[in-house]
Amino acid sequence: MTMWALLIAFLAVGFYGLLAKRNVIKKILGLTILDHAVNLLLIMIGYRHGGCAPIRLPGEDHAGFVARSVDPIPQALVLTSIVIGLGITMLMVALALRIRQCYRTLDGTEVNRLKG
Amino acid sequence: MEPTFYGLLVFLIIGSIVALEMKDILSSVIAVGVVGLALSILFLLLGAPDIAITQVVVEIIVVTVLIRAAARSGRVEMTRRPDLVSTVLGLILVLCFCGFALAALETLRPFGGARPLVGHWYLVNAEAGTGCANAVMAILLDFRGYDTLGEATVILTAILGAVVLLRPKAREEEAEPAVVPGVPAEVAHE
Repeated sequence: MTMWALLIAFLAVGFYGLLAKRNVIKKILGLTILDHAVNLLLIMIGYRHGGCAPIRLPGEDHAGFVARSVDPIPQALVLTSIVIGLGITMLMVALALRIRQCYRTLDGTEVNRLKG
Repeated sequence: MEPTFYGLLVFLIIGSIVALEMKDILSSVIAVGVVGLALSILFLLLGAPDIAITQVVVEIIVVTVLIRAAARSGRVEMTRRPDLVSTVLGLILVLCFCGFALAALETLRPFGGARPLVGHWYLVNAEAGTGCANAVMAILLDFRGYDTLGEATVILTAILGAVVLLRPKAREEEAEPAVVPGVPAEVAHE
């Protein structure tokens, strides 16, 4: 239970960075941390005490492997999610550089040329 | 094994807070890199070597790009004083989030008590069905190969977006004088 509470604290730190920081680069860092925390949550849901990696070693007993291995499905999905997180971060860095070029600042609250 | 998990998780939380509260952007980026590499160790201990390898590679690329962005941005002066309202509102929203998350925690099994229901079928049949001893790779590249196709599409879209945003033609259309790379805007104006 303590483990889940710590993980929620990790999620909350990323969430705080995304919401409360004014520098656009800090916001990107906050989203990266949130991304890390969500990936860790999914992997931890699939963990079993004393579990081994879902790779059967040569000569390992098949039934014993199935009984001991951690859940492989969250791992397969998180692998996709990590790479997509990379793409999102790249796109946001490009946006931040463009904001700096057009507004000469990285302060998110200054970006108000379209304000109604 | 358990104390290692707790130690690493506490390290991740402290590293994240340091990354967000540091005044210097370059130090923040490096702190995020440290968090990502510690996370890959935690993945390895949680029985996910494939994820750990991917995490190391991706983290290094992300830190390289962010350092480039931080170096490009030079010294950033926040013109206005930090407004208390957004910080307080942010903290209230984060506390709401924590409340909902703790409520959702009740439905989760205790840590380490996972019973893979669908995963069990894959563990039993992956090797016989695909000839791959690694169940994760059997799922990723064989049973659910279209997921990887979708992933490639998302990456392609992100690259297209970045190319459109950063193409040099758009820079020439700017009415304002071009920023010399690496020189802070304050200097360029003078």
